[in-house]
Amino acid sequence: MSADVTLEDVRQDAGLEETEEPLDLAPVQRIIESLGETKGMLIPVLQEVQKVYGYVPEEAADMVADLMGIYPSQVFGVLTFYTQFHLTPRGRHIIRACSGTACHVRGGKSVISKLEHMLGIGHGETTEDMFASFEKVACLGACGLAPVIMIDNDAHGQLDAVKTERIMENLREMDMMKRGE
Amino acid sequence: MKILTRNIDRPNPAHIDSYLVNEGYVALPRALNEMKPEEVIDEVKFSRLRGRGGAGFPAGMKWDFASRDRRKPKYIICNADEGEPGTFKDRVLIEKDPHAILEGMAIAGYAVGAEYGFIYIRGEYPVGARILERAIAEAEKRSFLGRNILNSGFNFHIVVHRGAGAYICGEETALIESLEGKRGQSRIRPPFPVNVGYSNLPTVVNNVETLASVAPIILRGGNWYANIGTHECPGTKLYSVSGHVRNPGVYELPMGVTLRELVFEHAGGMRENRTFKAAFPGGASSACLDESELDVRLDFNSLAAVGSMLGSGAVMVLDDTADMVKVAHVLIKFFEHESCGKCTPCREGLFWVRRVLDAILEGRGTEADLDLLLDVCEGIRSTSFCGLGEASINPVVSTIKKFRHEYMAYIRGQSLAESSMEEAS
Repeated sequence: MSADVTLEDVRQDAGLEETEEPLDLAPVQRIIESLGETKGMLIPVLQEVQKVYGYVPEEAADMVADLMGIYPSQVFGVLTFYTQFHLTPRGRHIIRACSGTACHVRGGKSVISKLEHMLGIGHGETTEDMFASFEKVACLGACGLAPVIMIDNDAHGQLDAVKTERIMENLREMDMMKRGE
Repeated sequence: MKILTRNIDRPNPAHIDSYLVNEGYVALPRALNEMKPEEVIDEVKFSRLRGRGGAGFPAGMKWDFASRDRRKPKYIICNADEGEPGTFKDRVLIEKDPHAILEGMAIAGYAVGAEYGFIYIRGEYPVGARILERAIAEAEKRSFLGRNILNSGFNFHIVVHRGAGAYICGEETALIESLEGKRGQSRIRPPFPVNVGYSNLPTVVNNVETLASVAPIILRGGNWYANIGTHECPGTKLYSVSGHVRNPGVYELPMGVTLRELVFEHAGGMRENRTFKAAFPGGASSACLDESELDVRLDFNSLAAVGSMLGSGAVMVLDDTADMVKVAHVLIKFFEHESCGKCTPCREGLFWVRRVLDAILEGRGTEADLDLLLDVCEGIRSTSFCGLGEASINPVVSTIKKFRHEYMAYIRGQSLAESSMEEAS
């Protein structure tokens, strides 16, 4: 390969031109303006960014690094260290099933298999229709209600496969109603 | 005896008016108007209150160290990163009695000369974070927080910081790293946070439950508190009871209650037709107790004496359906995932411990593997950088010591037929 060939050419030859709409990064700037640029605000800033986009797009992470005067590698380091940050788009609902010990010994596994079966996905995956993302997480801090799952911000406890099915059916219905289907 | 849970059964317990009904925000003005900062610290020293986050360090001493450091500003951090599997006591205080935490923080701030406080709450508690923020706004409106509190000239501001999902951030130096916007990896100690903490300035890190105990101590006096519980471990403790008991939940009892009393008198005993097999008395990272240890007292010293620990007081109870090898496997998988990656013994050691446990569970284990496990675990325990690695191996070591026959059953290819935990409930 000669030195005149740019990466851009290689991408074009391979049919990898970027066709997607560029991301609107205005919210990132607003978030940093409102929270401040001190380095200690990095995690709150990234949390707000994730709230806006549903995940932390690479362009947004780069912009955070730029505006806050932090190396992109450090931002990436933080993003990959904490389990609640996501670098790819996620579903409209986040379903977290506890795989902690207290839930495990009270039948958590049957709840998890029910969820995986109903959603057709496994840990860390998102359904094709973007309805939901599923995660197995360690201890949700509600062991008195074991086994527990969290749907978005709400905890549901003392579950079994039947109750789980009902909750998921309700969620699907609510989701369809909201989307006017 | 209800000290910490005195308010939680009121209607709308988190609201400031509910808190004020029962001597809420009486201790703070008393401290500000009638006591010197040293006297507040002395009162907490008299109480012999020990940190409820797990280490059990005397709270008064921590405050004393921070107050003696002349550098400013200083910080009070409330550790609400309640992540130890099996622990859910702080959630109750956060959601049902947030003002007790705020009042304790303000008193701590006055005692050590700090004007700023952070509450580091785990990301899994979004509801709790909102409740705390609402409570802070309520308290500021009535001048219990903010500038010139109750015209005393003392300023104290609290900010809620949401964690982003990392167990290690419950360790105080990792928590501080995280507050500074970094990956949550532990720092070497010493220097301790009381001198070199947030932004390298003097910082007191106290657990939620510790801070919630402060206002009652100022109100009734350290001696009153010191007479509750045991001599070395005074006060009441919130025990989070989970697992195979009839009534899992949070129980406030004088420190030093026996495991037997907690399980059988308070938590309703074991489920029908089932018998007690084991309990992890201090969360996932504590060594398990078996039936012969039911009369052990659940306090810092008594549990340390039998080679376990109180930790955060998370009592996970297991009955005869529990498969101890699988339990150990679930726990070690957790620690393997949560290891921050900084030091080799914890990062690599836990990976190999889990691999060996995989092999045993799949019927590929040998008896020599048990010795290998104990050997690797000892390496992790003695050489890890922080408490995570040091304590992570307790469930494996203790189950091998106390339930070796269950490991041997897998090794001989005869795993207990009815012992599968998945079918347990």
